[in-house]
Amino acid sequence: MTEIQMPRLSDTMEEGVIAAWRKQVGDTISRGDVVADIETDKAIMELESYDDGVLEKVLIGEGETVPIGTPIGLMGDGSGAAAEAGAQTSAQPTAPAEQPAASTEQPAAEQESARESAPAVEQQEDGGRRPKSSPLARAVAKEQGVDLSTVTGTGPGGRIIRADIEAAASVAPAEPAEQATAAPETPAPAVSEAVGTSNEDVEEIPLNNIRKVTAKRLTESKQQAPHIYLTSAIDVTDLVAFRADLNERLQAAGGPKVSVNDLVVKAVATALRANPSVNVSFDGDKLLQHKRIHLGVAVATDSGLMVPVVADADRKSVSEIAADGRDKAERARERKLKPDEMTGSTFSVSNLGMFGIEEFTAVINPPEAGILAVGATRDEVQVRDGEFVARKMLRVTLSADHRAVDGAVGAQFLQQLTSLLEDPLRIIA
Amino acid sequence: MAVITYRQALHDTLREEMLVDEDVFLIGEEIGVFEGSYKITAGLLDEFGEKRVRDTPIAEEGFVGAAVGAAMLGLRPVAELMTINFSLIALDQIVNHAAKIYGMFGGQCSVPMVMRTPGGGGQQLGATHSQNIELYYAFVPGLKVVAPSTPADARSLLLASIRDNDPVLFLENLSLYNTKGEVPEQAEQVEIGKAAVTRPGSDVTIIGYSRMATVAQQVAEKLADEEGISAEVVDLRSLRPLDRDTLVQSVRKTGCAVIAEDDWLTYGIGAEVAASLSDGAFDYLDVPVRRVAAAEVPLPYAKPLERAALPSADSLTTAVRETLDAVGRRR
Repeated sequence: MTEIQMPRLSDTMEEGVIAAWRKQVGDTISRGDVVADIETDKAIMELESYDDGVLEKVLIGEGETVPIGTPIGLMGDGSGAAAEAGAQTSAQPTAPAEQPAASTEQPAAEQESARESAPAVEQQEDGGRRPKSSPLARAVAKEQGVDLSTVTGTGPGGRIIRADIEAAASVAPAEPAEQATAAPETPAPAVSEAVGTSNEDVEEIPLNNIRKVTAKRLTESKQQAPHIYLTSAIDVTDLVAFRADLNERLQAAGGPKVSVNDLVVKAVATALRANPSVNVSFDGDKLLQHKRIHLGVAVATDSGLMVPVVADADRKSVSEIAADGRDKAERARERKLKPDEMTGSTFSVSNLGMFGIEEFTAVINPPEAGILAVGATRDEVQVRDGEFVARKMLRVTLSADHRAVDGAVGAQFLQQLTSLLEDPLRIIA
Repeated sequence: MAVITYRQALHDTLREEMLVDEDVFLIGEEIGVFEGSYKITAGLLDEFGEKRVRDTPIAEEGFVGAAVGAAMLGLRPVAELMTINFSLIALDQIVNHAAKIYGMFGGQCSVPMVMRTPGGGGQQLGATHSQNIELYYAFVPGLKVVAPSTPADARSLLLASIRDNDPVLFLENLSLYNTKGEVPEQAEQVEIGKAAVTRPGSDVTIIGYSRMATVAQQVAEKLADEEGISAEVVDLRSLRPLDRDTLVQSVRKTGCAVIAEDDWLTYGIGAEVAASLSDGAFDYLDVPVRRVAAAEVPLPYAKPLERAALPSADSLTTAVRETLDAVGRRR
């Protein structure tokens, strides 16, 4: 008998969720086969078997969370001995394969009537049968902790589809389809009087792992790192024209376009190289000076904030940063980023410009010592040589950990960044 | 990169491979003096002579059988079956001999032969000359079936097919011969059995092969331009082996799939693709997999009826829109 245990899949992992069992009880498993998908604090990863055998028992069902090292299944030779032995130690006999059988045995007439009675609540009453839903909707509901019986399906025949789950899971409006990056926001103040009460106006939404991690890390950051905020207004008239010209050339050469944010990311990396005192971490009794520049770029996803890392951003071209960022942002939305693609950043950039936000302050992503919050480019009237002129202005705000970075040091960094963005050829120099 | 036709890509690849490997020879009806019914073999009889470009009588079973024998003895025959419809005459040689000799005789000899043949309707050739029966061969273990849709793939897959040690049915299509595309000067050999994501997207996966892969591409581009729909297009390229991983990966991303195929719906290639998606992407599907295929009739001769019976960009577009409606992405 071999125990399959909840593995430790990342440095920070303390517990994991069984996202899905990929083998059913009775399946033969060879060494290297993927047995289950495990959701860690940020990614969903595959658990491969170290042994050959037959899966005889599932101890922890899909969607359940257990600490690392906990037995989640038993493997044996197929005789069932392992399962029997396991039965003495565990009271969770449910084999996933057995579950769907019950619903297929429903008489056709009953299924027909279920189709006509639309509200899911009523179905609950006539025998607790689950409402009609797509496999994807069920998977997303499980991931986001949404109870299917509370959702009204809008698909064909009242089928619950993914969009219905997402609508139920988020109070906020749906994410725009285009790439949206977002700032680490401070967690909303807890509505303590509502939590745990039976107030019908409040729906409890269990936290997914991303939200748990976001809440924990950002609370630590705000409590431990004294933030200072420095804002610069940057004249990006030339940058906008430069980007248009650059994109025309890139397109003519068959390459993909770059965004203003890609240019900002490159300029930040260059400015950090010139001002290494900002590329640091506060570590109790010492400062850690990072020799390499890895930039976290905040991305809003359906399940929460993710910060994929562009490694060695100062050594990448703008096009490379654009391609890397696009690839990782897309995979972040699909939750396909590996843990090492989300760790190790030394500084972060967060951009809410596409939402029209003029300027904002972001919460530092520890152990970094700084994050740059980038607003929208706006047409503004400026005074130049005593004349009113129309210019395109961009406001950026540096949040710096004052334990590691003094105001003047942060200001010099911003000065350098401003001069780069106002003289954009230097960004690609 | 040169822009050439699918026809030219096939011709050039045959010629080049005959130049580098003297074991390669061509055999079939009207391929020599007449230069091929679709002119794929133009000029090759003059250049290589009768020994390597063999005109045969109208006897498919005979010349496919001759090719099987030649392949068993170490040559690399490339047989041209004038259309896939005529391959039925040679079915026994293909299914019972070419496909089985390696396995039945303990691997003592392989059968490295290629059967090039065009399928497809839409040319008003009548029901018996307009079929898409590649499924018959994709069904048979021991055979490989490739179905390139672009000149570049036609070149690289023909090269791979000739060099492969198993019998390969190489499916061409009458309506693709004149299509043009970029083809690398230096032939690239690709692995048989790999599908291609020819257009990345996030809303829906459209899966096609041969002619319908090109239709899928056009439909995806039009939907992107006009309706902002981001469709991912997967060109199967190989029907056996079938690249299930690429299909499943794509549908795991998009959550829905529409399959476009020129063959009949019932038991067709799309049915196997749909079953593979059910196996590999069940928990990722937000809506049943949809298939767009030919009407279940012998293909009519009359032009309006023929057009109505075949799948088209319009019918595929409708299916994609309905699929996206069903998952709430166009509301």
